[in-house]
Amino acid sequence: MASVNDVVIKIATVNGTGSASANGLLRKSIFRMGVPVVGKNYFPSNIQGLPTWYEIRVTGAGYQSRSNRVDVMVAMNAQTYARDMAEVEPGGWLIYDSTWPRNSLLNRDDIAIVGIPFSKMCNENFDGARARILMKNIAYVGAVAALLDVDLDVITTLLEETFAAKKQLIESNLKAIRLGYDYATEHFNCPLPMRVEAMDATKGHIVIDGNTAAGLGCMYAGATVGAWYPITPSTSLMDAFRTFCARYRIDPETGKRTFCIIQAEDELSAIGMVLGASWQGARSFTPTSGPGISLMSEFIGFAYYAEIPAVIYDVQRTGPSTGMPTRTQQCDLLSCAYASHGDTKHVLLFPGDPAECFYMAPLAFDLAERLQTPIMVLTDLDIGMNDWMVPELEWDDSYVPDRGKVLGAEELEKMEKFYRYLDVDGDGIPYRTLPGVHPKGAYFTRGSGHTKYGAYTEDSAEYQEVLDRLLVKWETARTMVPEADIRYSKFNKAAILTLGSGDGACKEALDRLEKKKVGLNYCRVRAFPFTDVVRDFIDKHEVVYVVEQNRDAQLRTLLINDINADQNKLVSLLHYNGMPINAGFVVDGVLDAIAKGQAA
Amino acid sequence: MTYIAKPKISHPSLKKNDLGLTKRDYEGAVSTLCAGCGHDSITAALIQAVYELNVEPHMLAKMSGIGCSSKTPAYFVSQAHGFNSVHGRMPSVTTGANAANRDMTYIGVSGDGDSLSIGVGQFVHAIRRNLNMCYLIENNGVYGLTKGQFSASADIGSKPKKGMPNQQEPIDPASTALALGATYIARSFSGDKEQLVPLLKGAIMHKGFALVDIISPCVTFNDHEGSTKSYAHTREFYHHVANIDYIHPSDEIKASYDEGDAMPVHLHGGDTIVLRKLDREYDPTSRAAAFAYLRERFNAGEVTTGLLYVNENREEMHELMGNVDTPLARLPFDILNPGSAELKKLQSRYR
Repeated sequence: MASVNDVVIKIATVNGTGSASANGLLRKSIFRMGVPVVGKNYFPSNIQGLPTWYEIRVTGAGYQSRSNRVDVMVAMNAQTYARDMAEVEPGGWLIYDSTWPRNSLLNRDDIAIVGIPFSKMCNENFDGARARILMKNIAYVGAVAALLDVDLDVITTLLEETFAAKKQLIESNLKAIRLGYDYATEHFNCPLPMRVEAMDATKGHIVIDGNTAAGLGCMYAGATVGAWYPITPSTSLMDAFRTFCARYRIDPETGKRTFCIIQAEDELSAIGMVLGASWQGARSFTPTSGPGISLMSEFIGFAYYAEIPAVIYDVQRTGPSTGMPTRTQQCDLLSCAYASHGDTKHVLLFPGDPAECFYMAPLAFDLAERLQTPIMVLTDLDIGMNDWMVPELEWDDSYVPDRGKVLGAEELEKMEKFYRYLDVDGDGIPYRTLPGVHPKGAYFTRGSGHTKYGAYTEDSAEYQEVLDRLLVKWETARTMVPEADIRYSKFNKAAILTLGSGDGACKEALDRLEKKKVGLNYCRVRAFPFTDVVRDFIDKHEVVYVVEQNRDAQLRTLLINDINADQNKLVSLLHYNGMPINAGFVVDGVLDAIAKGQAA
Repeated sequence: MTYIAKPKISHPSLKKNDLGLTKRDYEGAVSTLCAGCGHDSITAALIQAVYELNVEPHMLAKMSGIGCSSKTPAYFVSQAHGFNSVHGRMPSVTTGANAANRDMTYIGVSGDGDSLSIGVGQFVHAIRRNLNMCYLIENNGVYGLTKGQFSASADIGSKPKKGMPNQQEPIDPASTALALGATYIARSFSGDKEQLVPLLKGAIMHKGFALVDIISPCVTFNDHEGSTKSYAHTREFYHHVANIDYIHPSDEIKASYDEGDAMPVHLHGGDTIVLRKLDREYDPTSRAAAFAYLRERFNAGEVTTGLLYVNENREEMHELMGNVDTPLARLPFDILNPGSAELKKLQSRYR
């Protein structure tokens, strides 16, 4: 197989051996050569000793999703050797550590086997068990660089930048790179026919994971109180927020913090803290995952009814129950949309990549304060913890936070009397006050039945009036949420509709289907409730393939429930094995459906 | 409860505090609890405490969960901000509110069901953080709103109105708080306003987590013969160990105290409380001694009351974190946002 800038490298290692930095070095080097890359982690719910994989998709075309194929396998883990080898595409390559003899039964005639004595070389050249293990990882980067023609100068520069503060590490890392690089060059025909070549397609781009981008976004949005309970795969979001706050949120004069991060005793408490802080007027958020949403539900319903802003990032992982904590899914759509008992429904945002995780942070806070309600940003493990190439993040310095309808001291002073839940403007959004601002602003926040004046009630009509007004607010929300991402041609009668991390796979699938003469339109919804544009989009098509990553077609259910979409049109393509969705799945699904008569 | 609305007019000769407010200004809506409920006496004591402390009503946050006790924030200081949250979750909401605005006074009103069963986790962790708040447990040993089931504070052998006596070990909020590191722990009785008001004032002024466990008999479900949380039982086994007088910063210490019995404790805001020890052996500044004493008296069936423990040296949550003095909710956006140029710069590491 010969190709340039279209290769998938998968590296099989044992977790806890420091391979992440080596894999990052390789991925970054290719990106620095101007070639788009996608980096995916497949890791166990474990700290040390179990198999882990990192997959680098080199994609000159700039696709965003994983490819369901492996061209070059770096098989460093004896435990998974057999299955790793089986995964290689015919015509591909397998690199292994030839220090020890390979089981002769493990062989394949349709792939090329590249043996390199990584352990032997590292044992001869480095002292100490830890250094030897770490350097073995760096050595395979050197070997892959030689085999795929990755620029050695780029790698050198990266190492120099990485270890600027620890110069002695530059030398040892370069030595390890050389060991692998030179061995490969001497013993094999380098480069392979499948290789990397410098191009100019990454200018103005970065590679970042969604959790880092979201943490950065919350810091930029002006969040001051973050409460959380550690849970995979959302933990790194708060880690990022903390890192950025440590850098930008320390008062230079006093050394004191302009942020408060509280590690709560559980998610019940984390959301309670967010509500307390938001009630006081701080921008406050909590990152969590599905099990956390389950625990937070009671308070989410409270916030809906008492009308308190909150921002919740749900980095979804597989369910039900504990599920597979380190695998991805979009399985919390329904539990978030209707979280809590009673008649509740919540505004959801669906970022499609790390860049949107960043931009949706200020948007989520603006919406939360404008609508006085919880806003849930539903990302997933694929977006949150994998490395995505996205355009460099930008900030508009003219941005002013939308604090919503908050009455200040002067306005309150002029008022005769303030009533918390009156719909003064007819948009279903009442005015609120912040505690401690003015004596006239005092009111009683409660989750029990209340009148539009904020008083306790058990009167049917008074209770119902408030509940109905919340529906008016829901329709206002529909006009404020971000618009769907749409590609439309009047010649296409069928379309793909997806959300979140389905974007990359679907867009790639559209290209592939186009080549097979199947033209489809495209809609990626970016929020719930669904906008009128989404409603029109579905109306205009005969068939809409709804692509989502859960078993029960939750997005499809929401479409039917919220905008009364014609369910006969909505054909589900469901991917829910825990791996990130790939284009091939979508292509096959559409072609199958067409063959079965749901003609495009 | 009464169905007669309170008149809004107050007599011009009513005494005013330093803010020019009368006690009437610190009242709330008419209580809907049962006539004779201990909680209403506590509400009255609270009104007196905040009136005498000159607390600005709108700078007071009244926090609660669910239960009879949690209803009471509606019955005092109408001009204060109330937050009646969900069952057992008052501590987390107060933690977040305090994190965002450290300038306000936080009074959390909870009960034995709300704090010792469904909310025991949040109660415990608010103490660990030394959250600056006054935390009241209106303790009656039963669930009133659901008609008299035992709570986790019910004593062994205490008899319900119907059914079998309690056999499970009770949770004592005071010794639990002591074990967890609360920095002001008091116990009192709803029927002893003279003791309760100064204890509440000390708790409100204390910087850190102040627990006041108040035995507050439930007249409807737990005031019968055989109950250990009844008025009669409490009065019989009630034991003052260390009462306090609250001294306003502008007042001199006038009362005379016998040497050895009186101990002034200086609070952070400049206020002073004077401990009047009724048991000479008791040392409320020693955690170990207080714990041993409490357990010993508890085993003897006594209800030990007064200021049981105080520590003015431990830093509260914000100090422990090193947060700015300005409430976080009041910080202007421009100091929170590093701007576009910095964003460009920081992304070099992602290339």
